[in-house]
Amino acid sequence: MNAAVNPLGSAILALLLGTAALVVPAQAETIEVTIDRLVYAPAEIEAKVGDEIEWINKDALVHTATVKGGAEVLLPAKKSGRLLLNEPGSFDYVCRYHPNMKGHIAVGP
Amino acid sequence: MTIRLTTAAAAIALLLGGNWAFAGDKPTDPQIAHIAYTAGVIDVEAAKQAIATSKNKTVVEFAESMLRDHESVNKQALDLVKKLNVTPEDNDTSKALSQAAETKRSELAKLTGTDFDKAYVENEVAYHKQVNGALETLLIPSAQNAELKSLLETGLKVFQGHQQHAEHVATELK
Repeated sequence: MNAAVNPLGSAILALLLGTAALVVPAQAETIEVTIDRLVYAPAEIEAKVGDEIEWINKDALVHTATVKGGAEVLLPAKKSGRLLLNEPGSFDYVCRYHPNMKGHIAVGP
Repeated sequence: MTIRLTTAAAAIALLLGGNWAFAGDKPTDPQIAHIAYTAGVIDVEAAKQAIATSKNKTVVEFAESMLRDHESVNKQALDLVKKLNVTPEDNDTSKALSQAAETKRSELAKLTGTDFDKAYVENEVAYHKQVNGALETLLIPSAQNAELKSLLETGLKVFQGHQQHAEHVATELK
């Protein structure tokens, strides 16, 4: 493949890459974390960049999933909330309103 | 501050110190329900006072979360006593708690600005600590009905969270 001498090929390659890029999120997973009586379950999760976490709040209380100095997802009573993981790393999170609720996310590349 | 806290602490010491006004040394389920509900109402009232008085965003947000949570837990408590056909029974501990709270409210009413914020949040730390102690050592072990016991256990987790939240806010105010 030599894009410089074959502009059409380059365009096709771009199309192919574009398609490939669109396919990646479809392979990404949604990981469910349930909140019941102030406990994140599972408390520890492993994920990859592009995955989403969905917290399902079964309590009649407002909770959050708050990464210190980072993302915060508000989880209204009996509702759920999602977070797209777009960077690798190791993150501890808590509920802003009940800091005794603790969870951990390990995000691989 | 220590002196101001003693009234609430003394009321709850009634629960912890063995100086209980309960026949047979421990409270009955209708009395436990009344004490737990009263403790919730007291914190709702304190939250309303803070929302009306404080100009600090963190303090107001904390108070709003207290209002929301204690109303929610008390609603669950009311639903449960209705389901169990239990009538909450007033008792000396509930009365002492309410009286101490009223004293506290008047003290706080004299304060404004950061003096109010600090006093309110420090009292929230102390109050939740005391209520959690009472739940752990007296109310939960005394509860006979399994559903009441379970609700109190969830309440304890919620209030332990409140204590930590209040401690964080207190640190921010320093």
